[in-house]
Amino acid sequence: MNEYWRDILYGTKSLLIGLKVTGPEFFKPVITEQYPHFVPVMKERFRGHIELTRNEETGGSNCVVCGMCQRACPSSCITVEGEKPEGSKKKVLTRYILDFTKCSLCGSCVESCNFNAIQFSREYNLASTNKSDYIFDLVKRLEEQR
Amino acid sequence: MTEPILCTPDETFVLNLGPQHPATHGVLRVKLTMDGEYIVEAEPVLGYIHRMHEKMAENGTFAQFMPNTPRMDYLSALSFNQGYCMAVERAAGIEVPERAEYIRTITVELNRISSHLLWWGAFILDLGGFTPLLYAFDDREKILDLLEHVTGSRLTYCYYRFGGVYNDIDDEFITGTREFIKRLRSRMPTLYHDLVTGNIILIKRLKDIGHISPEVCRKYGATGPVLRGSGIEYDVRKNEPYSIYPELDFDIPHYPEGDCMARYMVRMDEIEQSLRIIEQSLDKLPGGPVQAKVPKTLKPPAGDCYAAVEAAKGTFGCRLICDGDKGPYRLKLRSPCFSNLSLFGEIAEGMLLADALAVMGSLDLVIPEIDR
Amino acid sequence: MDTSIWRPILYLIGVMAFAGVNAAWLGWCERKGAGHIQRRIGPKEVGPYGLLQPLADGIKLMTKQLLVPQGVDGILFRVAPVLAMIPAITSMVAIPFSATFHARPIELSVLLIFALASIGMMAILLGGWASNNKYSLISAARSVSQNVAYEIPMLITVITIVMLSGSMNLEEIALQQKGGFWNWYIFPIAGQSIAQAIIMPVSFLIFFTCSVAETNRAPFDMAEAESELIAGHMTEYGSMGFGLFMMGEYLNIVVGACLTAILFFGGWDSPLPFIPSGVLWFVLKIYLLIFTFIWIRWTYPRTQIYKLLNLSWKILIPFSLAILLLTAVFIKIEGILI
Repeated sequence: MNEYWRDILYGTKSLLIGLKVTGPEFFKPVITEQYPHFVPVMKERFRGHIELTRNEETGGSNCVVCGMCQRACPSSCITVEGEKPEGSKKKVLTRYILDFTKCSLCGSCVESCNFNAIQFSREYNLASTNKSDYIFDLVKRLEEQR
Repeated sequence: MTEPILCTPDETFVLNLGPQHPATHGVLRVKLTMDGEYIVEAEPVLGYIHRMHEKMAENGTFAQFMPNTPRMDYLSALSFNQGYCMAVERAAGIEVPERAEYIRTITVELNRISSHLLWWGAFILDLGGFTPLLYAFDDREKILDLLEHVTGSRLTYCYYRFGGVYNDIDDEFITGTREFIKRLRSRMPTLYHDLVTGNIILIKRLKDIGHISPEVCRKYGATGPVLRGSGIEYDVRKNEPYSIYPELDFDIPHYPEGDCMARYMVRMDEIEQSLRIIEQSLDKLPGGPVQAKVPKTLKPPAGDCYAAVEAAKGTFGCRLICDGDKGPYRLKLRSPCFSNLSLFGEIAEGMLLADALAVMGSLDLVIPEIDR
Repeated sequence: MDTSIWRPILYLIGVMAFAGVNAAWLGWCERKGAGHIQRRIGPKEVGPYGLLQPLADGIKLMTKQLLVPQGVDGILFRVAPVLAMIPAITSMVAIPFSATFHARPIELSVLLIFALASIGMMAILLGGWASNNKYSLISAARSVSQNVAYEIPMLITVITIVMLSGSMNLEEIALQQKGGFWNWYIFPIAGQSIAQAIIMPVSFLIFFTCSVAETNRAPFDMAEAESELIAGHMTEYGSMGFGLFMMGEYLNIVVGACLTAILFFGGWDSPLPFIPSGVLWFVLKIYLLIFTFIWIRWTYPRTQIYKLLNLSWKILIPFSLAILLLTAVFIKIEGILI
């Protein structure tokens, strides 16, 4: 019987305390970000999809087509192709395709690169209903960025 | 054509809880045989999102499996990351620099708090209270911001590397973490304990509901807060110390009652203990490198090794068998939720549907981790 | 009494409009209230402050197909949402908004409203049963036991009020509490004995708890219980069938708030005698009470069905009976003394 009364008294008290906690929250300012109206800028280390780093001197890519990123990728979503121009020792990048439908943004490719040729982009608005939007041609992208 | 409700002579019927159900937090299906609102038999049905992680590990190199680990338990991704890294480091005999171990501890404990906060919100949501979820997310958001700042991603962090961590932490992270500790400590008493823990409705719903005895826990191999809620003081961080945990001063919260309230309290106390661990680690943080010298392609000698860590849900174990090749010969992952869920069938018998869902919530299930 | 045919028709239109507007915009109020309690904004895109959101929702629901799944009891399945709506609207007729402003003065309006409220429960029962869905069926069974359990203490507290006022007419009950907040039945210092003033707040708490349970609102939303029973009796409903259930729920809240305002807060009476009373006071009281409903819903977790029944049978009913008995004793003593 004692417990019965204690439950009633404690119960009423705890319910009032609950209302006292949520009540003031009603009048506090909102803390959510209004996304489409307010677009956040991603942090410096944000791992978006990869893109080619631009070489400041040549304006082109640092890539030497060694294929390390292609081999490091766990989901084989990178295709690198290059050719050796006549008279040159180094290979030149001609095609760098990232199949973003398979990419899990692990960053293994960036880590494996010894030539600082790829980096993470800070883009995140990538929603689309079209599959072909996710086949990124990174060489073209680099040219467009110029 | 809808099937008529089939009734056996003793008037029971089968209720499919899931695979799509608001309380199963994913594609878990529980086949319930019900007698009115009472459960006669409960049978969890798994495998709806089985992705063959163990087989995937055999087909790639050691590093290529790394991004898979956070995809299992996406709520405490770093624990799984750490467990796998430790197994490979043991196999290859890699020493991790001290600073890297401290950074691992800080981030993994932050991740544990964020996992517990999400569990807390989702658990109260299972019990029908919506608002606490948003308050918990408010605090969790701060952790995600901090971890995003160092790791670059917000959920499926893949931050640890064999022999260290990917990036060093900076002052912004350290001050941010200290601020977060202060903030969470100031919010815990009112928004968490006054609003929810002390609430009579919650107490009535959790106390003496879903009693799990230590024997049942041992029988099914339950670990983590479920085990500690049954009064067994077992925590890998204390019992098989790894990383820098032996140097830190923290308690293992455990409650002997074994009901939902005990499991609830264990997790709430663990948040405080994690805050203590983070504080101590930040104070002791040494300088130095964060990444040991590791060859680009790892080829550990043939052998067999095991590493276990205390993830937010329980013991995560990694048994790695190497045959001297570039990738694992076999990788067996022991995930906590699988064992924790398997006891559900036994304790749910004779329980009300509403109580069974409270128990399921108190087990803190993450389905991708059960199915792997 | 004016017996012209126009008066009832005009008032009926007024009642319908009031009911419709409330049913639609309380959804907006609830979402805004929930949003701000959770430190979010809530609806904000459609119209200023999201005020046109209910309109958009309504159009969306109306343009959808009213899907009747195979194997359901077609007639009952279609009747249930209508049945959820009609009693709620009808009981608005009996509610006096002020001394001169009500659709139809009825001598036994208290009785009428409670009779109609019981029919509202039938909607959940029929909807849940006709859906041929196990979750809906459980929900229907739950709501019946819940409503039976909570109607008893609610009626007993109302009988207490009826004994104090000596009338079953809501208008008369409100008039008895005229002249300042110390006359209201929640805390009747003047007019009644002091002992009465001490037990009446308890009576109010019982009544309020019951009206939360009667309207199937959280923390007593056993019938809906989205984390256990998906959406309970509404699981199989789409389109306006679902819409009518929702509107019925909000209208029940309005009726509950109106009743509470009249029975315990003096209806349209202003709290201080020198401030003129009127409809505005009544509306203000209703919306404060509705805000409390929303506030409660977004604060507590849900109770469990048997704990809920325990609360009614073990706590609310004994307490309300005790209050009824004490009230009878006090009235008798007063009668002897005077």
